[in-house]
Amino acid sequence: MLDLINVDYSTQIPNNVDLASDRQLLRALEKWHPGYIDWWKSMGPEGFQEKLVYLRTAVSVDPKGWAKFDYVRMPEYRWGILLAPQEEGRKVSFGEHIGEPAWQEVPGEHRAMLRRLIVIQGDTEPASVEQQRHLGKTAPSLYDLRNLFQVNVEEGRHLWAMVYLLHKYFGRDGREEADELLVRRSGDADKPRMLGAFNEETPDWLSFFMFTFFTDRDGKMQLESLAQSGFDPLSRTARFMLTEEAHHMFVGETGIGRIIQRTCEAMKQAGIHDACEVAKVRALGVIDLPTMQKKLNLHYSLTLDLFGSEISTNAANFYNAGLKGRFRENTINDDHRLTSSTYPVLKFIDGRIQNVDEPALTALNMRLRDDYSEDCAKGVERWNKIIEKEGFTFRLALPHVAFNRKIGEFRNMEATPSGIVIPASDWLGTKDEYLPSASDGEFVASLMKPVTEAGKYAPWIAPPRLGIDNKPGEFEYVKFAA
Amino acid sequence: MSVATSEMLKQHLIDPEVCIRCNTCEETCPVGAITHDSNNYVVDASKCNFCMDCISPCPTGSIDNWRVVKSAWGVDEQFGWSELPAQQDITPSATGGQAEAIDYEVQALIAEAHSGVGGKTIAPLSAAKPSVNLFNRDKPAVAIVTGNFRLTDEGVDNDVRHIILDFGDTRFPVLEGQSVGVVPPGLDDHGAPHRIRLYSIASPRHGERPNTNNIALTVKRDGAGLCSNYLCDLQKGDKVSVTGPFGATFLMPNDSSANIIMICTGTGSAPFRGFTEWRRRMMPDAPGRMLLFFGARRPEELPYFGPLQRVPETLLSKYFAYSRISGERKVYVQDRMREQSALLAGLLRKGATHIYVCGLKGMEQGVDVALDDICRGDGMTWRELREVMRTEGRYHVETY
Repeated sequence: MLDLINVDYSTQIPNNVDLASDRQLLRALEKWHPGYIDWWKSMGPEGFQEKLVYLRTAVSVDPKGWAKFDYVRMPEYRWGILLAPQEEGRKVSFGEHIGEPAWQEVPGEHRAMLRRLIVIQGDTEPASVEQQRHLGKTAPSLYDLRNLFQVNVEEGRHLWAMVYLLHKYFGRDGREEADELLVRRSGDADKPRMLGAFNEETPDWLSFFMFTFFTDRDGKMQLESLAQSGFDPLSRTARFMLTEEAHHMFVGETGIGRIIQRTCEAMKQAGIHDACEVAKVRALGVIDLPTMQKKLNLHYSLTLDLFGSEISTNAANFYNAGLKGRFRENTINDDHRLTSSTYPVLKFIDGRIQNVDEPALTALNMRLRDDYSEDCAKGVERWNKIIEKEGFTFRLALPHVAFNRKIGEFRNMEATPSGIVIPASDWLGTKDEYLPSASDGEFVASLMKPVTEAGKYAPWIAPPRLGIDNKPGEFEYVKFAA
Repeated sequence: MSVATSEMLKQHLIDPEVCIRCNTCEETCPVGAITHDSNNYVVDASKCNFCMDCISPCPTGSIDNWRVVKSAWGVDEQFGWSELPAQQDITPSATGGQAEAIDYEVQALIAEAHSGVGGKTIAPLSAAKPSVNLFNRDKPAVAIVTGNFRLTDEGVDNDVRHIILDFGDTRFPVLEGQSVGVVPPGLDDHGAPHRIRLYSIASPRHGERPNTNNIALTVKRDGAGLCSNYLCDLQKGDKVSVTGPFGATFLMPNDSSANIIMICTGTGSAPFRGFTEWRRRMMPDAPGRMLLFFGARRPEELPYFGPLQRVPETLLSKYFAYSRISGERKVYVQDRMREQSALLAGLLRKGATHIYVCGLKGMEQGVDVALDDICRGDGMTWRELREVMRTEGRYHVETY
């Protein structure tokens, strides 16, 4: 009997999709594999390819087997193709095909649309690995270094997941698209990655944690929507990716939380009561909270752009076609067709930011972005709890959605983080109050000194409350001698 | 201070200060025991069946929290928490019970060691009733070292030792398969006492020789490992603080017709030495079979290699697997199991057969796949059989 839960390691590519019985597909993927490894070696984590890293690898997709921890050299990591188990009798749960059996093959009329969705998702995965490739040199601890690499190898696996769908279901164009995913480069002038935020630099660990909190959370929202897809292989792929994506959220949220913790402890120790005394706080060798707020403003606003235009016929088409649902569509109680309902959309009209009711179907990007903002706000609140517990009144907050936008309704105007519209001429003079300035960047960069002794942490970040895989504090997550 | 009673229960909780509300646990839970509001994710104690499915997918470790309570906290109460309540000070009763331990530090260790079983762990029906947690950190039992012997060849790096601890006049009742806790003396870098380490007891319940009040441990010296070095360096006459006994499910059936399949590597052999010795002494003509699949790098590194040669095949069928004999193909326990497919499949069909797996976590997968293959080859489905065996207390995993 075919075993669809345990991972098959008999082919070069671990999988639970019975690759061994589809020789043509297997050959196509094995042909793509060396190019991937070349890409990983040239664009993956710089300087650590030969080190032994304590990573988790999925050996099956059931809860018992999907997180096996061991030391591995990253190029030897078993990237594989893992789909959540197929649900018997699953149906399309939204759009005009609602109630029909979920598709096991690509529906012909939606082929191009589906391919585009998969290519866009696929392009973000290697992009973030490229963005983060220099961070290993300045890791604040072996624990953090290991977490970075775990994020990186899993982004690599997510690329595999998308490439599998392209190869398996889209024939020659799929294979060409899969090749292109290894050709584009984050930040490259000639062949950049497809989405803006994935061409920005990740210059330091504060940026990395912000990126994993904010930008990877966009990935989570997109995957949650794709997990609803009527195209069953995409849904199953996305569902398994979500279990891994949760680790990336964890790295971001606890990374920032630990920086806040350390800053508050240092301020308390030095008798500083006002968290806004930037120079005094910086003199302690920790990152001041106002700078954290600026970084937050930057990463949140850049990520909002990833949701695209508030009003989008593409999004409506994806939904109608049953390809991409809403965030946790299965938990929403309505007709799941959205033919007559409306949704409030924030727009910039007559020089004012105001709510306008729009057809819900074309406002799906807006809705997903709102769900995203709500998710972010809860995380920010948990950071505030740390600050509060340490006895400070400072609070972090998400900036207004109109702040610092390049895409959508607010792309041609300027607003402050509290949502006050300001003339474009004022923006240049004030933007350093809201976004990290060059000197802020230099200060943060000055703290980025690697700590490679097991159990030790850079002075600007608190140790984690728990080790990975329940390991004790002094555990050697990355073996430097190896 | 309150006294533990049979109504005490172990409650599964999520630490709201560590949880990132990613929904993975709620998505994973097969019985719908995990739920959330806008503030917290919580476990409903009336639904949680301790299957442990949620533990490894949790990215934060926040899910791995346990408290021994007299009455469970409700879901609504937990929604309001911003931090976990501390463990209440509860003194264990001396009567034992189904809990593996009452000490929650130890509970967590045992829960992790047993996670490979794939659900709630259940003791064999015929197993004797264990005592647990008679001694804890604050009130340990003091044992005297009466022996410390090297089990592996002097010529190999791998230093595994057989250490005998005598309890003198202190009553320390144990069963084969139980563990004891050792806290190395001294404090860690942060000035806190060291964590407890658990070691399986390698001797039968009435001692190394019948009616002695001692236990044996099988300890591998682990590089810089604090506790293993402490134990391996002990001299005759030294005093050691011991907690426990712990464990209420990884126990042997007290039934002479029970077949016992034991699969281990390295020091995972400890409980099986106890099992074998108890059956040899008490039921030498038992109709039930005992099989031992034992893996090591080479014979010189296999603990108890010599003594095992003297155990007759009629009592114990032995299958050794060596993975590092130069010039020879690497053989693992699962390979030896596959060679005995027909025998194992026949035994697996019997309701009197029990399986025990003990050793490093890494062995679980290979053994599981081998059993899957053996079952498939004989028209059975291992996943289903494993579930039946687990619920009947016939399938046990203790890995670390």
